Amino acid sequence: MKGAEALLKALEREGVEVIFGHPGGAIMPTYDALYDSPIRHILVRHEQGGVHAATAYARASGRVGVVMATSGPGALNLVTGLADAYMDSTPVVAITGNVPRALIGTDAFQEADVTGVTMPITKHNYLVQEVNDIPRVVREAFHIASSGRPGPVLIDLPKDVQLSEFTGTFDVELDLPGYKPTTKGHPKQIERALDALEKAERPILMVGGGAQHAHGELLAFAERTGIPVITTLMGLGAFPGNHPLWLGMPGMHGTVAANRAIHHADVILAIGLRFDDRVTGKVSRFAPHAHTIIHVDIDPAEIGKLVRTHIPIVGDARSVLREMLKGAKPLRLASWWRELEEWRTRYPLRWKPKPYLQSQEVIKAFAEATGGHAIVTTGVGQHQMFAAQFFAVTRPRSFITSGGLGTMGVGLPFAIGAKVARPEELVIDFDGDGSFQMTLQELATVVKYKLDVKVVILNNGYLGMVRQWQDLFHAKRYSEVYLADSNPDFARLAEAYGIKGVRVERKEDLMEGVEAVLSADGPVVAEFKVYHEEGVFPMIPAGGAAEDMILEHPADKEEVEA
Amino acid sequence: MRHVISVLVQDHPRVLSRITGLFARRGFNLESLAVGTTHVPGLSRISLVVSGDDHTLEQVEKQLNRLIEVLKVTDHSEPHVERELCLVKVHVAGVEERLAVKDIQEAFRARVVDVAQKSLILELTGDSKKIDSFIEALRPYGILEVMRTGAVAMSRGERTLKVREKREAV
Repeated sequence: MKGAEALLKALEREGVEVIFGHPGGAIMPTYDALYDSPIRHILVRHEQGGVHAATAYARASGRVGVVMATSGPGALNLVTGLADAYMDSTPVVAITGNVPRALIGTDAFQEADVTGVTMPITKHNYLVQEVNDIPRVVREAFHIASSGRPGPVLIDLPKDVQLSEFTGTFDVELDLPGYKPTTKGHPKQIERALDALEKAERPILMVGGGAQHAHGELLAFAERTGIPVITTLMGLGAFPGNHPLWLGMPGMHGTVAANRAIHHADVILAIGLRFDDRVTGKVSRFAPHAHTIIHVDIDPAEIGKLVRTHIPIVGDARSVLREMLKGAKPLRLASWWRELEEWRTRYPLRWKPKPYLQSQEVIKAFAEATGGHAIVTTGVGQHQMFAAQFFAVTRPRSFITSGGLGTMGVGLPFAIGAKVARPEELVIDFDGDGSFQMTLQELATVVKYKLDVKVVILNNGYLGMVRQWQDLFHAKRYSEVYLADSNPDFARLAEAYGIKGVRVERKEDLMEGVEAVLSADGPVVAEFKVYHEEGVFPMIPAGGAAEDMILEHPADKEEVEA
Repeated sequence: MRHVISVLVQDHPRVLSRITGLFARRGFNLESLAVGTTHVPGLSRISLVVSGDDHTLEQVEKQLNRLIEVLKVTDHSEPHVERELCLVKVHVAGVEERLAVKDIQEAFRARVVDVAQKSLILELTGDSKKIDSFIEALRPYGILEVMRTGAVAMSRGERTLKVREKREAV
């Protein structure tokens, strides 16, 4: 057995069913072995598409996503996706070929120091020097990727190692003396947390991506205590978006109710989130009335990193919530809820209707037509925020977006990965005309594997989010954001790939367009030509606080007041 | 504030690069770094001198602990021994200078490890402050070059850097 076969066997033993990848010189021995392997391979058209697909596969399924690429350029094309998976704590194992050991360090053809490059954007990485190490390295990589705070792990395999005769064993032990994640929360701290919540008058529960797997416990805890729930962008779906206890998303484009709740809260229970600046705004002005912040996170380094923490609980969200449930009591929060209800009723997410088709109504129409029952992926920008605001997903692992890194172009490969992971689900990629064009080559992957994904492009002809900032903060100097003069005809582009294309340009054709997308038997690329001056609101400008929230575009405000 | 931190690591390739990369990436201020093998095969020990406030130091410790190959991190706030070794090459033109340098050498209990016609190499071990003073004392005579190892540290008494004590890893 060669190293390449040993690798695939080791992957099989980890339960790997699918690899997203792209072959090339230095990984050819493994692709040769793959020819006889039961593991399914999804051939992408660019390695970046592969790593994003593997990321979404992981996020949608809760399993480890696997991506494979060749040395040098192939591996370097994974960089953005690895950084994305790292920022959003997603378990991905990347396998890259490298030049033969004797050539490493000689500037050989297609050589790059991939372990060096990926060191700061992976949870760990390996350069395998010895063929018999393969089973142990694979075991460790999967263990590290999927345990503790999940993250990407890269395995770099020189070509000659793949070709060497394997004489080792697959029954290997993990050799990770320095890696022992704490999963069980400290009982004393949990007791203190429950105590603080019991005494609280205005408590809130803030939930991030680290609680996606704890949705059942979270729902039970919230319902038992009656504490309002706020989910970050990464936490969307961890708590049902149609639940009366849900206040929406916090932060830069969060709801008024969520941001005000944080502003006025006296006790905050934060679970599986890392107080990103898009959530907190200016940290020194974040939650000024909170005398107790309880932070539950599996990564001790996140606790106290940005926000002062009074009760730290290092542990897995699910395990900690289970423990907390044992002592959770219904809280008397009637007057707090009266305030929250008032904010919620008075400031719902809304938009000012225009005579043109608008992004918000497109997303809302899809949400209503599907009952929120879909896996949503997005690119990055205005459409992403609109999707987060107006497509309230009700189930965990169903809103797959690039939160931390904000990677444009993830929408389509995320949809591919999600569909491969959960083929029975309706998968909708809400994308922007800018984002979509960064990875649109993956339409070929959609065709090749007959993946029924619905791509909904909200085409405003601009890099809308950048345009919005230029509009608000750069004196309307629209520097390099205009795309409409050179965008393709997206429907015809889709048709060139053999994918159904849909184009909707007028407000009155919206419902027909939605119907055309959802009723299509197979993949669709639908272009909705939307109003180009739309802004995402509410908005807390970068570095601001809840009090600095802008509720609507200044121009719209004047109209109302006039 | 200045802190001396000891880190026990698996001596895998690139482990030093992971640590220095972490400091660079997170903007931690690293004053010196010393590394060597230990009596346990496969384990190396690193001494870091870091400056920063309490919050920064807490992050330094936590971020180091996140590295898979880091087994144990200790910030030496407890009684500890700190030593640094330094080699200084001094220019000595004449007998008078040579005698003056010798006085300094004796005062600091340094050793002469190389004698040449116009230069001496002095070796001194001590804590970093003592080395600073030594260098300052020699400066007027014309220092040709200096090599410091960076501080190494060890807790006094029974306390040791034990592997199994590592907590809070992710």
